Amino acid sequence: MEDSAQLCEDKALLERLMERMLLVRKFEDAVLSLFKQGKLHGTTHLCVGEEATGVGSVFALEPQDCILSTHRGHGQVLAKGVSAKDMMAEMLGKEAGTNRGRGGSMHIADVRVNALGVGGVIGAGCPIACGVALSFKLRGEKDRIAAVFFGDGSANEGAVHEAMNLAAAWRLPLLFICTNNGYGMSTPLRRAVNDTDLTKRGYPYGIRSTETDGNDATAVYEAVREARAYILREERPAFIVEHTYRTSGHSKSDGNKYRTEEEIAHWQSKNPIARFAKFMLRNGFSEAELEAIDRRAAAEIAEATAYAEACPYPAASPQELEAEAYSI
Amino acid sequence: MRELTYAEALREAMCEEMRRDENVFFMGEDIGVYGGSFGVSKDMLQEFGAERIRETPISETAFVGAGVGAALMGMRPIIELMFSDFISVCIDQIINQAAKLHFLFGGADSVPLVLRAAAGGGTGAAAQHSQSLESLYTNIPGLKVAVPATPRDAKGLLKAAIRDDNPVIFLEQKKLYRVKGAVPEGEYIVPIGLANVKRAGEDVSVISYGRMVQSCLDAADKLAAEGISAEVLDLRSLSPLDADAILKSVRKTRRAVIVHEAVAFSGFGAEIAARIAADETLFRLKAPIKRVGAYHCPIPFSPVLEESVFPTPERIEAAIRESL
Repeated sequence: MEDSAQLCEDKALLERLMERMLLVRKFEDAVLSLFKQGKLHGTTHLCVGEEATGVGSVFALEPQDCILSTHRGHGQVLAKGVSAKDMMAEMLGKEAGTNRGRGGSMHIADVRVNALGVGGVIGAGCPIACGVALSFKLRGEKDRIAAVFFGDGSANEGAVHEAMNLAAAWRLPLLFICTNNGYGMSTPLRRAVNDTDLTKRGYPYGIRSTETDGNDATAVYEAVREARAYILREERPAFIVEHTYRTSGHSKSDGNKYRTEEEIAHWQSKNPIARFAKFMLRNGFSEAELEAIDRRAAAEIAEATAYAEACPYPAASPQELEAEAYSI
Repeated sequence: MRELTYAEALREAMCEEMRRDENVFFMGEDIGVYGGSFGVSKDMLQEFGAERIRETPISETAFVGAGVGAALMGMRPIIELMFSDFISVCIDQIINQAAKLHFLFGGADSVPLVLRAAAGGGTGAAAQHSQSLESLYTNIPGLKVAVPATPRDAKGLLKAAIRDDNPVIFLEQKKLYRVKGAVPEGEYIVPIGLANVKRAGEDVSVISYGRMVQSCLDAADKLAAEGISAEVLDLRSLSPLDADAILKSVRKTRRAVIVHEAVAFSGFGAEIAARIAADETLFRLKAPIKRVGAYHCPIPFSPVLEESVFPTPERIEAAIRESL
């Protein structure tokens, strides 16, 4: 495939894309390390190998657009501009976290940057995204869309199908993005469905559906950019399937018994960050520049981790938590 | 004072709030030309148009979820669930989403939506269209639950619910839609979380809500002829619960009979009884706390059978007599 001319020219964008993908990878490396040190409790769902889907997609949106993420959403929300410091503090359950330690890894949200939450119930974000998009329509906001991520595992949830129908029937400015990593936890797609072509899921609802190589950041970026323009121009939702693979386990307790070492190694060789680095080298960047980007990302995560570890835990009493259940 | 039906009072509340606040809109099945399954939104389409009187596909997860999303963005959706029994097909959006997001976001956003749902039986609608499922909601922190018993409260509580910044489950009593009652002209609000003494009395506190309030009043009237003075308390809201009003009444009468249309077993009455039992007043009660609710079976269809499972004024009267 030829390198995209438009993208090749925008060196600043390429640099930011790479920096953010590295930030996601290093954030998750740090999370894993904190787990191993016993500093992080609960669970977390890493997106190692899927960085191009979250970062490439979200970079193609505008700041005013809203996203609703999957439980494997670290990459999606970091791309949206959620601060790594706030997020790491949330991972550690600190008051300074994005959700003040009330949500954790599965619920990162920052309404200031239009990141409307990472969902713990798969597929459930799709109907909510319909309402977000509906609010834009009702208020006449013409240059604003909602984008909702879901996985191949959630593609069989009724909520996803109901939302697709509603979005199409109401012509909502909503982009459905299926991050197809081939597995719903340990269940391979081929065993969960009769037809593995998930693109077809949009057809019966009259939603324009396309697919892209989810390990190619530039392809993802361009597909989403084009879909956003289509949604605003045609006043209809759109659907993109981004094919990728998670080389990390489903969650921190994954023993990887459901797939082979060879399969994982094969996909590691298709690592989206290394692939994007080659793209950048072909298009005017030097090794030294890439190393500098890597160092910046590493420094940001080191700073975020140190900051988060130093932050205090929440001090809310059970009575205060009871009051917090309601908006006053 | 003028009289309106319960349905008309609800409609008036929605219309007034939609005129007052452009962020308020209304979603549900067949709410436009048809006017809603129970005629609550009759003619609203003409005034507000199809954008704000938004008819939905039969797709509860989609439109309840859309309500959550719109509410997150500062809209104030009113959503009609044709029968409250249909919570079964959209319960994730209510329990895991609407109720949780304000808390989960660390207070950074809120979900101001009203889920209006036709609840209760007495209409021959059988087991999947006649339940009173309020306990499913009251056990979920983050939700408010209101159950109006009169046209006046239906209007005032609905206006309060629409202005509330939290998800409010608004359980309308389908048997009451056509019942008329006094409704004041002009602006008023019935706050959520405030019970109402419907009838003052000295001998026994009859604590109820929803459709059963009238049955309790009927029983109290009958007993009054024999010199038995029953106080009837209409809770109006179940979450938050006006526990002070319950305890104030029971401390006075020293007897409590709890009445609801929902199944008695594990029903909301258990919470009321527990509140009384946890208070010092327990030691001064003159009789065990009585509960009257539906029997522990699905609501049967045949009118004779249906009538037999719900509390009747006779069963309420018998429970009061047992406590005396």
